[in-house]
Amino acid sequence: MLENIRLSFQGIWSHKMRSFLTMLGIIIGIASIISIASTIKGTNEQIKNNLIGSGNNTLSIMIYQQGYPYIIDSWSQPPAGFREVTDEVCDQIRALDSVESVTRYNERQYSESIFYKNTALTNTSVRSIDGDYFETVGYTIRTGRNFIESDFKNFRKVLIVDQTAADNIFGNEDPIGKTIEISKMPFTVVGVVEQSRKFTPNINNLEDYYTYANADTTGYIFMPKASWPIVYQYDEPENVIVKAVSVDDMEAAGKGAEDILNATVSSSQTEFKYKADDVLERAQKLQDMSAATNSQLIWIASISLLVGGIGVMNIMLVSVTERTNEIGLKKAIGARKGSILGQFLTEAAVLTSIGGIIGVASGIGMAQVINKVSGVAVSIDVMISGIAVVFSMLIGIVFGLLPSVKAANLDPIEALRRE
Amino acid sequence: MILKLEHIYKDYIQGKLTVPVLKDVCLNVDKGEYVAIMGPSGSGKSTLMNIIGCLDRPTSGSYELTGKNVLSLNERQLADVRLHNIGFVFQNFQLLPRMTALDNVALPLIYAGVRKRARRAKAREALIRVGLEDRVTFKPTQLSGGQKQRVAIARAMVNKPDILLADEPTGALDSKSSKQVMELFQKLNDEGVTVIMITHDSGIAGYAKRVVTIFDGELAEQKGENEQ
Repeated sequence: MLENIRLSFQGIWSHKMRSFLTMLGIIIGIASIISIASTIKGTNEQIKNNLIGSGNNTLSIMIYQQGYPYIIDSWSQPPAGFREVTDEVCDQIRALDSVESVTRYNERQYSESIFYKNTALTNTSVRSIDGDYFETVGYTIRTGRNFIESDFKNFRKVLIVDQTAADNIFGNEDPIGKTIEISKMPFTVVGVVEQSRKFTPNINNLEDYYTYANADTTGYIFMPKASWPIVYQYDEPENVIVKAVSVDDMEAAGKGAEDILNATVSSSQTEFKYKADDVLERAQKLQDMSAATNSQLIWIASISLLVGGIGVMNIMLVSVTERTNEIGLKKAIGARKGSILGQFLTEAAVLTSIGGIIGVASGIGMAQVINKVSGVAVSIDVMISGIAVVFSMLIGIVFGLLPSVKAANLDPIEALRRE
Repeated sequence: MILKLEHIYKDYIQGKLTVPVLKDVCLNVDKGEYVAIMGPSGSGKSTLMNIIGCLDRPTSGSYELTGKNVLSLNERQLADVRLHNIGFVFQNFQLLPRMTALDNVALPLIYAGVRKRARRAKAREALIRVGLEDRVTFKPTQLSGGQKQRVAIARAMVNKPDILLADEPTGALDSKSSKQVMELFQKLNDEGVTVIMITHDSGIAGYAKRVVTIFDGELAEQKGENEQ
């Protein structure tokens, strides 16, 4: 076998030009498949990253009214039967296998009752949070301190602002110790947080836009959960954010949390419901769509592989005819049919495998060029590259079969007579 | 007795015509003999050679090689007989042009499943035996006709066959090279190798210890020799 492979390389090398031309079909086919597959994978990863935010497996569960998010503010009251999310409910959600951590918050956007000195901070969103919020969503304290237990226990009027809000509100001043007025109550800023890069949200729909576009420009201010009733209302239903153990667990985590929360609703109405983000579902749909388009391209590329395979068969037939003498001699000196068959099959397989390897290399190159020229995301799939090489070897074996059988069946007397 | 052909008939079918090529050929060869089968072209000597070499099967008759009935063997077993029991030498050498002399000689050893190191050692030994130790790495194009034929003989001998079967071994050689090749056959025969040589040249046939003639498919012992 090893000997056959060595001889095949020798044979291929001694007919460099012909071998290369024979491989060309395979090279082109494999290269197109690899570049298309890389584009598909790249696009898919991009979709996933954009929708989910790479590394952040959080999703929020909010109240929906007939399929649309229901946002509670001064004008829209909480729906009947919806209450604050209790610690017990949080524990229940946290107990799910798919859930890593849980947090809840209330929010007001475009509040007209937030002032710093005499400036109304109308575009700043304010959230009340529990002790797990920063950890779950991926904030870290930059300066100052985090909320501590006594902040919650003693209904302290303290605030933490994010970096954007700090810049917008205080400019170059140090935010720590400054007073912000919310509904005429003075709150003291005790800390500044920043969100780690991988948690930076991506905007995919109107709702996100409202949530994040503001945040991008004007930032968030956070208060302890306990202080919310001081400035807004008591027992206000909250939004929940769950962090799933992995991306694959997100759906289960969302569904699980959704069910637990809906069970707490003490009302017979069916108009309002807790509902989890279906980011994964959306990602999947987009991925399927792009994959469907591109897999048609793969079929087209496969045709060139077929043509390449036929080319290999053709050249192998020529090669068998050319080497009739050699085959006859080998049979005369004791080569079995199987040895001859093996020799030619190996040669075809080696030829197409080399073609496959060159094809994978050029496919990767092509993918990079596509990426540079059109900006389409590409990602090289090692497994697909491996499969491509194995597949081209199989092409060699399949299309080399006919010529090899022909060689193995040559009559040595006839073969030796031929000059 | 190393080779025993009895009542061999071979017919070729050409359209509706059956052409008899070998008619009731009987030939016995003992171990260590040096036999020349001599006949003009068209006499059936090549067909006989192919049958002896297990490349072809007779229409009827029996053939025993080293006591084995080779006519009952299948294709795969015949390949093994050719590999181990018979060494072929052809008129036009039949060396593979891209391989060195050593690799050409080592070729049958590949099919015998000999490992690479042992293969090279045995092939070198065989080349030394035919006096080509200084041409080991030469390719056929770099060798003279006589040298090529000696490489071919080394290849035929490398698996230590029972019979060395030569088909017009000097047909493509000048007289000087022919003489060298014949001397080599002589030497090998002296060392105990059984040689069967097919030729149309009575001068070449004269090197053999025993000459049988074939004419129109019928074999006859040259007078002055004893049939076994």
